[in-house]
Amino acid sequence: MAKKKRANPEINSSSMADIAFLLLIFFLVTTTIANDRGILMQLPPKPDDIEDVEIKLKEHNLFKVYVNSADRLLVEGEPLQDIKEIRDMVKEHVLNNGRNEKMSDSPKDAVVSFKTDRGTSYEMYIGVLNELQGAYYEMYGERVGMSAAEWRTLTNELDDPENKKLYDKGRGKGADGKVTFPMNISIAEPSKIGGN
Amino acid sequence: MHKFKKKTKSDPSIPTSALPDIIFMLLFFFMVTTVLRETTINVEQHIPKATELRKLQRKSLVSYLYVGKPTLNMQAQFGKEPRIQANDVFIAVEEIVGWVLQEKDKLDEVERDQITIALKVNNETKMGLISDIQLELREANARKLLYTTIQDMDL
Repeated sequence: MAKKKRANPEINSSSMADIAFLLLIFFLVTTTIANDRGILMQLPPKPDDIEDVEIKLKEHNLFKVYVNSADRLLVEGEPLQDIKEIRDMVKEHVLNNGRNEKMSDSPKDAVVSFKTDRGTSYEMYIGVLNELQGAYYEMYGERVGMSAAEWRTLTNELDDPENKKLYDKGRGKGADGKVTFPMNISIAEPSKIGGN
Repeated sequence: MHKFKKKTKSDPSIPTSALPDIIFMLLFFFMVTTVLRETTINVEQHIPKATELRKLQRKSLVSYLYVGKPTLNMQAQFGKEPRIQANDVFIAVEEIVGWVLQEKDKLDEVERDQITIALKVNNETKMGLISDIQLELREANARKLLYTTIQDMDL
């Protein structure tokens, strides 16, 4: 009798880990980590929906970025090596406010035109688009005293009226509903030099 | 010497009772952070990196298009030129409008205009194809676009 009482009453749980491991491996194999992040963009409306209005754009309001089929950059007529330099150039152009004759009259008038070739790689396209949008996010952030990253998270939480107010302030949206600091990034139809 | 003898009497095995708990914790982490794979991707996917990422609000409004070179086991049948994959099949550029309408039909009527197309495109794809896709999406009036990218860590 005394011997029986001494036996360990614990249930042997050493195989529990194996069972859990099996489940873990099953989930590891059958699942992918959700990746729903990326660069958001709004496409312009259908070509035939736009009325054929002669839009007069002043040459100096345009900031032109072109990438050829060999992924070489041409920014404002000058070749450029480092794509990271575009960011500051865009900011200088947009925030010029008429000081320099060769740059934009006001943020409202400024247009960033981005053109590629049919032979440009997608990686390069994303790289440049990233810099162009990043420049705008930084400018918006500065207007409301935030970093670009904080601004981007803010744009995801516009249900909050506080955020909405900051968002409208950053984009300069007045009482008349007009945005005075729009993100004018225009993606032109690619040229067909390196086409396929 | 007597002192040392006592020590050797202690149980030499490592206590493993906490091991299942640790494994379960890992298991729950993976269960929460992952979604079940719905489609087999038959195109190469090396997604480009970017820094200025934004998150999608509503996952139910998103439809995915995969673009890239067909994977090795598909190349005999579909060649090496980049193709577009929607759901489980390869589609031609001209079929995108029809596909978008199908995807819109799956949504509630009030939300149809808010459909977002997520493009998962391989690095090496040429812009010609992407531009053709964008033209078709404009035609189908699905104008909200997300280029899926990976967060670039080195700044």
